Amino acid sequence: MPATVGVLALQGAFAVHAAILENLGAATIEVRTAEQLASVDALVIPGGESTTISMLLERSAMLEPLRARLDEGLPVLGTCAGMILLASEISDGRDDQHALGAIDLAVTRNGYGRQIDSFEADIDVAGLDAPFHAVFIRAPVVERVGNAVEVLAEVDDQAVLCTSGSVTVAAFHPELSDDDRIHRQWLDRIGG
Amino acid sequence: MSSNEAPNSGRTTGTPLVKRGLAEMLKGGVIMDVVNPEQAKIAEDAGATAVMALERVPSDIRRDGGVSRMSDPEMIQGIQAVCSIPVMAKARIGHFAEAQILQSLGVDYIDESEVLTPADEAHHIDKWAFTVPFVCGATNLGEALRRISEGACMIRSKGEAGTGNVVEAVRHLRSIMGDIRKIGQADNAELFDWAKQLQAPLPLIQEIAETGELPVPMFCAGGIATPADASLVMQLGAQAVFVGSGIFKSDEPAKMATAIVEAATHFQDPDILVKVSTGLGDAMKGLEIASLETKLAERGW
Repeated sequence: MPATVGVLALQGAFAVHAAILENLGAATIEVRTAEQLASVDALVIPGGESTTISMLLERSAMLEPLRARLDEGLPVLGTCAGMILLASEISDGRDDQHALGAIDLAVTRNGYGRQIDSFEADIDVAGLDAPFHAVFIRAPVVERVGNAVEVLAEVDDQAVLCTSGSVTVAAFHPELSDDDRIHRQWLDRIGG
Repeated sequence: MSSNEAPNSGRTTGTPLVKRGLAEMLKGGVIMDVVNPEQAKIAEDAGATAVMALERVPSDIRRDGGVSRMSDPEMIQGIQAVCSIPVMAKARIGHFAEAQILQSLGVDYIDESEVLTPADEAHHIDKWAFTVPFVCGATNLGEALRRISEGACMIRSKGEAGTGNVVEAVRHLRSIMGDIRKIGQADNAELFDWAKQLQAPLPLIQEIAETGELPVPMFCAGGIATPADASLVMQLGAQAVFVGSGIFKSDEPAKMATAIVEAATHFQDPDILVKVSTGLGDAMKGLEIASLETKLAERGW
């Protein structure tokens, strides 16, 4: 298990990720500064408002340090807004929104619609014995999957959980389901 | 309950978890009142996590008087058209027809708000009957739990909207958070008395005793006018802030909006707060609570 797992805490559902990881035995810290980022061995980018998190990364002087860590292969889990930020292409984003390009995916923000279209569904996940009850909140839709990307789960033929190298991303919120299997699987994958 | 499963898709919408989920995503952020598309762009550019579309900010509602109602659908659609972040809108307390219209417009959250003139003097909206989630104001824990029992998925302190004076929001937050801490120390027999005193459902009191938390996210609204105000209420336990008149009644709205967004993230870091609080021009002028003719926070039952 990585010595210290950071949870990006600029905005969004960071606290519940940290609680799940602590429960699984990981030492976690909330990351709001470049100094804190430099001290972590793995990172979670949580759900939240992706445009807000993108701006706060820039204003907190963390954008370039984060790009550098990702280039070095920092293990990272991105959920919902985290998936959008880590993708290589974002449609329906803001012009000034940063795509970190850590995983070769094209995503559309709020691709399933507005909040009244947000939903729950049972999904089959590669490597898990029983379906995972997934919660999608104004979730991104994956429009294109790069060759090097492995798709671990789909909804209606669209990828919703993907991994490539040290990066894992989910369009849904594994932290909201009272089920730690996705987090456990991630910790195992990055060198349990 | 309004949650519904679409045929063959295996997707269920409008569940309590889906409704609360959006509130979870708004934590650590700033939701800004806007009255037109230009303000909505300024809010989004500053890093707002959501906007609240309304005809007049609370300080203007106070000044103008008269009956204050749900906004014109055209005005809300104009804001939806320019925003990629969630758009919220307000319905009057008890006015479920306004709420039905707002749901049909596709707003992302409805605020059943004391800032508008109440439509029902005894009943709030049955919020379980909707797919869209609701936020409601509260001045104390009993009020918060009554709103949750009616289906609210997010609670905000009421504060005293349109005053630029944070004192009432602090009173409400301290009351709510203080009672949560006391319930955490209570024994089983005392929980029955807490339910009676607060006029709140016993199962919700028991849940608080077990978890030490409100069952839904707890945000702050009413009178926030500076980055320091945002830091104060978040240190007192609010998980995000609503800013109404405080931005667009300040000297430099774009700067103030950006500064409050950064303050909500770095609320525990005074060094960063020095930087973001510097050179913002004048905050909104504000009002003494004792000078008010109408206290909006007294609306709601």
